Amino acid sequence: MTVREERAAEAPQGWRAWLTAEAPQSRLQARSVQAYLAWCDFAANPLAMAGLVIIAALVFASAFAPWIASHDPLAQDLAARLTPPGEAGYLLGSDELGRDIYSRIIHGASVTLFIVALVAVTAPVIGLLVGTAAGYLGGWVDVVLMRITDIFLAFPRLVLALAFVAALGAGIGNAILAITLTAWPPYARIARAETLTLRNSDFIAAVQMQGAGPMRIIIGHIWPLCMSSIIVRVTLDMAGVILTAAGLGFLGLGAQPPLPEWGAMISAGRKFILDQWWVATMPGLAIFIVSLGFNLLGDGLRDVLDPRRQAR
Amino acid sequence: MPMPEAPAILVQGLTVAFGRGAGRMTAVDDVSLTVRVGESYGLVGESGSGKSTVLRAIAGLIAGWNGRIAVAGEAVGKRRDRAFFRQLQMVFQDPYGSLHPRHTVDRTLSEPLLLHGFDRVEARIEAVLEQVGLGPAFRFRFPHQLSGGQRQRVAIARALMLEPRILLLDEPTSALDVSVQAEILNLLSDLQARHSLTYLLVSHDLPVVAHMCDEVAVMRRGRVVETLTAGAMRASHAAQSYTQDLLAASRGALD
Amino acid sequence: MTSLLRVEDLTVTFPKRGGGLVEAVRGISFSVGRERVGIVGESGSGKSMTGRAILRLVRPPGRAAARRIDFDGIDLQSLSERKMRGIRGQRISMVMQDPKFSLNPVMSVGRQIAEAYRLHTGSAKGEAAAKTLEMLAAVQIDDPERVAGLYPHEVSGGMGQRIMIAMMLAPDPDLLIADEPTSALDVTVQRSVLAILDRLVRDRGMGLILISHDLNLVASFCDRVIIMYAGRIVETCVAGALDRAEHPYTQALLAALPRLSAPAERLAAMRRDPAWADAASVDAHA
Repeated sequence: MTVREERAAEAPQGWRAWLTAEAPQSRLQARSVQAYLAWCDFAANPLAMAGLVIIAALVFASAFAPWIASHDPLAQDLAARLTPPGEAGYLLGSDELGRDIYSRIIHGASVTLFIVALVAVTAPVIGLLVGTAAGYLGGWVDVVLMRITDIFLAFPRLVLALAFVAALGAGIGNAILAITLTAWPPYARIARAETLTLRNSDFIAAVQMQGAGPMRIIIGHIWPLCMSSIIVRVTLDMAGVILTAAGLGFLGLGAQPPLPEWGAMISAGRKFILDQWWVATMPGLAIFIVSLGFNLLGDGLRDVLDPRRQAR
Repeated sequence: MPMPEAPAILVQGLTVAFGRGAGRMTAVDDVSLTVRVGESYGLVGESGSGKSTVLRAIAGLIAGWNGRIAVAGEAVGKRRDRAFFRQLQMVFQDPYGSLHPRHTVDRTLSEPLLLHGFDRVEARIEAVLEQVGLGPAFRFRFPHQLSGGQRQRVAIARALMLEPRILLLDEPTSALDVSVQAEILNLLSDLQARHSLTYLLVSHDLPVVAHMCDEVAVMRRGRVVETLTAGAMRASHAAQSYTQDLLAASRGALD
Repeated sequence: MTSLLRVEDLTVTFPKRGGGLVEAVRGISFSVGRERVGIVGESGSGKSMTGRAILRLVRPPGRAAARRIDFDGIDLQSLSERKMRGIRGQRISMVMQDPKFSLNPVMSVGRQIAEAYRLHTGSAKGEAAAKTLEMLAAVQIDDPERVAGLYPHEVSGGMGQRIMIAMMLAPDPDLLIADEPTSALDVTVQRSVLAILDRLVRDRGMGLILISHDLNLVASFCDRVIIMYAGRIVETCVAGALDRAEHPYTQALLAALPRLSAPAERLAAMRRDPAWADAASVDAHA
């Protein structure tokens, strides 16, 4: 629908002109222009920006926890146990050992971020490797890899994680490892489905006709196109990851007390849920807000990263 | 076989079948054709006639074929080596689907050069962009920033990167507007003269094939119905009634 | 001739990223009687948007506006969306390019035709079923009973498009808008589908707007041709006189077409004159 390309009265100047160039002069500029335009699309979506702000706040809180927190998250004061929010200097109240809930949540941010980051880096990569290899190579490779995936999927996630933790020993690190080992199969399925639709496309045929081998095609041509749906799925899955970590913590197999992990805090507050509601509610709210942040971010990313957005 | 007379492409008794058991379908049935060096050979037919399947079997994009395929006098197997791809390249039908959506023109064009260890990558890319009429301003664009005709020019440029002798053209203009089609067909003619290329063109559009090709094979339901020259086609000297029907349907009010 | 449809100063605009508007259709005026009018142009000429705008089917954020869109004495622009639904399908029908995307994949074609017919006419089931078979026979389907029971994936492209035509013509509309109705079909099938469409349109005294990029096709099947370029009408002429067209754009289009009858060393490449896009739209009233 190229009709009248009305030039803006003021052509952009300086770095903006460089970032919006129709005809980039170098590889770097071409990538920058794409990134900038994607960012513009993303920034135009207020909900996605809200998600980004929440995640940024999480990162900020975990980086500067000692300065933001009002108390030592581990310091107990049995005289001030179960203080309601807003009283005696406890912004969000105190728990059954008189520890400041606000400070524990702030310090817990880094635990949450640690879990999220590690799972987000490892599980999708395993899934991507398995899924694209199965989808592209097909044949017996596909059969073997997908049956292994099915076996992992057939176990209830928490039970499988439990088995791993039981074998490896309790602790936050092993909990993350267990979550990763149970989280990759869905990514493998997504990556395989995407690969199957891409495998027969003409641009893959064209690169085959240049003599490229399977490894090169999978990594250089298929991965970039699977990435967007994987990234979106990862952000949407993060809420579940946080909850699984909390569940493991609750069973005594994840974060060990007194580490201020949000899930463990909720399970500790369970006993007081009727009379001292804040003990379980405050960390619950933190999980809710961060999960919401990841979901909003995921939705925004889906809109921006979807290659069909740019079709025709 | 003496080398100078070796045809660019020789296909004998080519049969391609898809599926297994009861659902097995023969897409190409005992097709033979000979494309001489430097000529343009057309393969016409309607959808499902197997014309594109023949092309893909020659290109090595389909594994399950039987018969004999020889390119430049050398019989080829199911797996093709890199030397084969320096002989023969392909241009695909849909310019929207044949370029990687996340790769710049530069990446698309440099990939074959890097794979085959060519030198002077920069100079070659600029030269080929010039040849297909795009110029250096297009080098770092993404496919979605290009029109259909420009994309097809990039696809042609990519096919030329390895300096092949033979180009397989799979409906190279059917997705394009008439005026853009004329530009692309002219470009293909120019490139053929400049690099003395051999073309094997698949199309459903008889006027396009008559314009481009010297000799034409008409396919129907996986078989070659007849072969005739472009001149015979223009004069409607077809032996088979099916070819006559095709020709009659292709003649519009303006012809 | 009394015109069935009269469009005055139609404009279709789309917002552009970073502000501003792209005008897909720029102030065109034309009318259609009980005749066959072809709208030809290349991609981006605005021909499809014109067809959609008549039926108010331009998808947001696109916007269509006109000084007047008058259909058989009804001002289509002022109708409520509910009343417009009554016009669509019943009095003005549209046939799209690919029947695969227009037919419901999980309903037999016979049931789809019958339901569309009942929706538009409110007739009884038995009557709709009879009409379905009659329409399938009218589009020259040999075995209407069997075909009515088939699902869309079980029919070929040509058959699917004939089914679409049967469905669209069942309520006896006054005007049919066919947007590239045969582009997805083989040449030999194209002719037969168009011949069927042509006969039905003539027999019923309907108006037809045939939107196509194919000059040959439009020249063969229409009475009058409207040539669009960059959202405007550059020329209109009697279909038989298309090869004597005067506008340089039309001439260039004709010259760019490879022909069986006339061999050429090279095809004439089009030199686009910016003046074509800027010139005022030609009034294409009958």
